[in-house]
Order: sequence, then structure tokens, then C-alpha cells
Amino acid sequence: MTAKDQNTPIILCKDIHKWYGNFQALKGVSMEVNKGEVIVIFGPSGSGKSTFIRTINRLEDHQRGQIFVDGIELTHDVRNIEAIRMETGMVFQQFNLFPHLTVMQNITLAPIWVRKWPKDKAERAGMELLERVGIPEQAHKYPGQLSGGQQQRVAIARSLAMQPKIMMFDEPTSALDPEMIKEVLDVMVELAKSGMTILAVTHEMGFARAVADRMIFFDKGEIVEQGTPEQIFNHPKEDRTKLFLSQILSH
Amino acid sequence: MASQTNVLAPPSPPGLLDWMRRNLFSNWFSSILTIVSLTIIYFSLVQAGTWILVTADWRPVKEYPLLYLVGQYPRDQLWRTGLSLWLFTLLIGMSWGVWEKFVKAFAIFLGILLAVLALFPLASETLTTEVRLAVLANPLLIYLGYMLVRKTRIRGQHVALLWMIVSALVVLVILPGFTGNDVLPRVETTVWGGMIVTLILAAGGIVLSFPIGILLALGRRSDLPVVKVVSILFIETIRGVPLITILFMFSIILALFLPVESRIDRLLRALMAMTVFSAAYMAENVRGGLQAVPSGQIEAARSLGLTNFQVTALIVLPQALRAVIPSIVGQFISLFKDTTLVVIVGINDLLGIGKSILSIDPEFVRLQGEVYVFIAAVFWVFSYFMSYASQQIEKALGVGER
Repeated sequence: MTAKDQNTPIILCKDIHKWYGNFQALKGVSMEVNKGEVIVIFGPSGSGKSTFIRTINRLEDHQRGQIFVDGIELTHDVRNIEAIRMETGMVFQQFNLFPHLTVMQNITLAPIWVRKWPKDKAERAGMELLERVGIPEQAHKYPGQLSGGQQQRVAIARSLAMQPKIMMFDEPTSALDPEMIKEVLDVMVELAKSGMTILAVTHEMGFARAVADRMIFFDKGEIVEQGTPEQIFNHPKEDRTKLFLSQILSH
Repeated sequence: MASQTNVLAPPSPPGLLDWMRRNLFSNWFSSILTIVSLTIIYFSLVQAGTWILVTADWRPVKEYPLLYLVGQYPRDQLWRTGLSLWLFTLLIGMSWGVWEKFVKAFAIFLGILLAVLALFPLASETLTTEVRLAVLANPLLIYLGYMLVRKTRIRGQHVALLWMIVSALVVLVILPGFTGNDVLPRVETTVWGGMIVTLILAAGGIVLSFPIGILLALGRRSDLPVVKVVSILFIETIRGVPLITILFMFSIILALFLPVESRIDRLLRALMAMTVFSAAYMAENVRGGLQAVPSGQIEAARSLGLTNFQVTALIVLPQALRAVIPSIVGQFISLFKDTTLVVIVGINDLLGIGKSILSIDPEFVRLQGEVYVFIAAVFWVFSYFMSYASQQIEKALGVGER
């Protein structure tokens, strides 16, 4: 059952705890995301921000707390997990494109096999997405023949092909050469402006300033502070936030 | 603003003399090595050539072609082996049409070989005019198969399916026949021998052990404890014993345990042994490939909503298998040569036939060299083409490049 009510958040996390053996990676994280919101999650490495978004599509499991995505509770039930994964798209730092398939095959694989679309419908939609991210001419190449920026844009198109309600980005530009970061951020900005619900773990503060509705600062497995970009950049409340911002904004 | 810098063409590749000077005669040591090597090669070739063409007595090979090819298969029923060969050469031609790069070299080689055989200028009592024509039909069938695929919309899946159907038809119907049947009278597998036995054991072993090996490898990585334990037990037990032991187990000990009525065909028992043996090694090869697939691939596939089965079949296995093609083909080639061990359980494969031919005529005792060189050459040809096909497959899949 999905929540069609406008007021219900599309992602609801209540008191999430996660342990890796004895090490606690998430310490009681609670968060709500509304439809259409663009959230930027930032913080020092090891703070649990990647772990957190990976629990939302069950790439990591959580030991305590509840997660609801689009009204579906995330439990051990495989059907719930698969339903949630169909509605969430994820873009990884290492792109993770399938090297044995062409760009077009990468994009159409999931719609054909999961949404059961016929091949021509999937390919038409795939071409539209490739044009949207700016690289329609690369459709029949293999990922290894593309630059990093192009590969990441293909990865974004691949996730969008499933028409998810939520797009999650796990440090999408951290593995890119500086001259290619802009082309990927441009795609993400266009996506944000088109109304997609976005959860992005990133250090790109320019992106946050441009389109984020809310920024969340993570440190040592918990949310330290959240607010609008204006609040976070100009009036950070917590010392840890101020310290981190001074470190990343100084260069 | 385009700059006017002169674009230089790359230097032309070195001519032959340049190449020789640089690679063979670059310094004193290299030059001496070259001359010594060339001398050795020359004399070896002359020796080998003389032996092959002049000194050797090829009677044990020339006079018994049918024994090498079909063993003791009843001579009046040979039309069935001829028919089987026609079906297979047709399929090889079709395979050439569908999977050009991998099959072409072998198809052409086979066609030329059979044509030469058919038109062999020396008179021989086996090579009657009818037989020559029947053999000549094969290169034509190869070509026919190729054109058939080119002109119609037959695709890889169809040809693969045809291979399975035709193989089953040949091995289960055409060659053995049925008791009491007039058209296809029963021919027990005990009289089959030579090339057909070697090919059945090798091809059957390879084709059957491949999927079983993959399942074992996946089973070993499974989260279900029973599946995992059974897989590991199977793999480690089989890998721990020599192939001969497994052949004995299936041939002799299995027969002791089963009641007389349900005696499984001896050739089938040997095939089961080869399959089981190869599957265990295949499993470990595949497992190496599975481990080489980055976990990010599985995460990306899962986050797209693919089920576990789809992730394994569409993303993990293709990459895993690509990574281990050299070791898988190496396993196939080993299996092909290991089929010679079945002589120990009384099955007359190509090598077994060779040995028994040596005892036909007292003069043949000193001609072991000829027989074994011939058999080795046959094995070498097949092994070479398997290697060649695997290199073509690797190139086509872009292994090592992407």
C-alpha cells in the first residue's frame, strides 16, 4: 500500500541504529523526506552518511528502528525490499556500470526485466534519457570507452529508466576529474529542478547552495544539525558543523 | 582558429631486413643464437620430414581407417555413422554461419580434410567410389549449412537447440538402434570404438559438466547451509581422487551395487564419470571468476530492483565466465585428452584402438611410433582448434580490454 496523501513523507526513518559487529555506525537517526524535496547530506568520512542512505534501499540492513519508503515498511520481507528498490534509484561513487553491456543495454536492462517493458519501448525511453543527460551518441558504446563524467551520466540515466520516485546519490562526483564534475552536477541540478525527490551525499557545496531544500550534517553516526542552505552556511548552530564547514569551504 | 602545425604521419612499419637486423642479429650473442637455432630447426625438420615421408611404415594407420573411426561397429551398418557425420557437418556449417569468427577456421579445416580424404589418390579397399562420394558430401554439407544460415533467419539459439536435438538423436537413436528393429538394428555400445567414442565422451563430458560446474560453484557460495555443504563435499571429494579412481567407481563398483537388470550402459557410466570429474574442476574455475566480480556490480543490479536470480544470471555470471575463459577452455582440453583413460575400464577409444591394432600383425610391434604419432596428431588438431576458438571468443567479448 502506498501513501498517496500529500502530507505523508515519502521517506520516514525512525530511530535507526546499525552496528557492524561491535562498531555502531548509526546511532538513532530519524529523518523525514517529503516528495520533491532535495536533501544534501554531508559530513566527515566515516560519519555514517553513506551507510545511512544505503539502509534505505536495503544495501545495508538496520538492526533497530523503522524505515518507510513510499508507505512501504522496509523489513526482511523480500517483496517489500524489491518493491522499495523499484521506487528508489541509486547512483554510486564508482558508477558500477555493467561492463559487458552497451550503454543502451545498461539502461534498458532493468525496465525490460523488472518492469517487463517490451524492448522497443525501453529503448525509446532510454534514448530520451540519454538525450536528457546529454550523450545520445554514446548509446552503442561500452562503458569502458566512455570518460568518467559520461559514465556517471549513463549511471544516472540507468537509474532514471526505472522511473523511480526517489533518487539517491552516494558521492557521485568524488571519483571524477575536476573538469568532469560540472557536467554531472548540471544533470543533477536539472533533475532537482524538475521536481524529483533527491537524497544526495556529496561535498559539492555549490550544488547544495543552488538547489538543496535542506542540508543535513552527519557526524559519528548521528544527525548533528539540519537546516536550509542559508541557515547552514550563514548561521551554523553547532560547533562541529562550524568546524567541518570551515575545513571544506576554505579552499 | 585551427593551428597550422604539420601533422606527421607515423613512421612506416619496419621492412623485413630491418626487422631481422633488430630482432635476430642485434648483437653478437643474438646472432650466434639465431644461427644455432636455425640450424637446429632445419635439421629437426629434415629429420622429422624424412621420418614421416620416407622411413616410417604407416601401414597400421593406413590399412585400418575404419577401426580408428568407428571401432568394431558392424560394417553393414556403417551408413548410420555416415549419416551421423552428415548431420554433424551440416550443423558445423550452420554454426559457421551463425558464429563465424569462432567456427570458421575449424569448418574450413574439416572441409578440406574430408575433401582430401575423399579424393585421396592412393587406392584403398575401404575407399570405394561410394565411400568417396559419401565423404565428399561432407564439405558440401558444411557449405550448405553456411549458406542456409546466411540466406534465412536462423539464429544462434536455433542452431544451439539443433545441436542438442541432433546429438541426442545420434547417440540415443541412430547409432545404438533398437532390438528387433529392421531399419535400425541394435548395435551395443561395447562394439563402438575409435573416434566416435572419443568424441562422445569428450563432447558429452564438456557440455554436461559446464552447467553442473556452474551450479556447484553457485551452490558453494550459497547462504543455504545444506546446499553449501553438499557442494563443498562434492567438489572436494572429486578433486581429491584421480580420474582413474572415479572411472573405476562408476564402471565397476556401481555395477556391483546395482541389480543386474538395471545395468547401465558401460559407455554411459564412463561418460558420467568424466562429467562428474570435470564438473568439480569447472566449479572451482567458475568460483574464481565469481570472486572477481566487484561487489559494486551486485549492489548496482540490486538497487535497480533485479531479483537475486536475475542479478546472478544477467550480471554476475556473464562477467565471471568472461574472466575465466582461458581456464575453462584449458579444462575442456584436458578433459578431451583425459578420455584416453577409459581404456582402463575396457572401452575402446581412439587410443585403445591404436593399441589393439598394434597387436593385429606381428610386424606392427615395432611400429608403435607411427601409431602413437598419428593419434597424438589427431589430439593436437582438436586441442589447437579449441584453443583458437577460445582466443576468438576472448577477442569478441573484449576480455582484457573492457
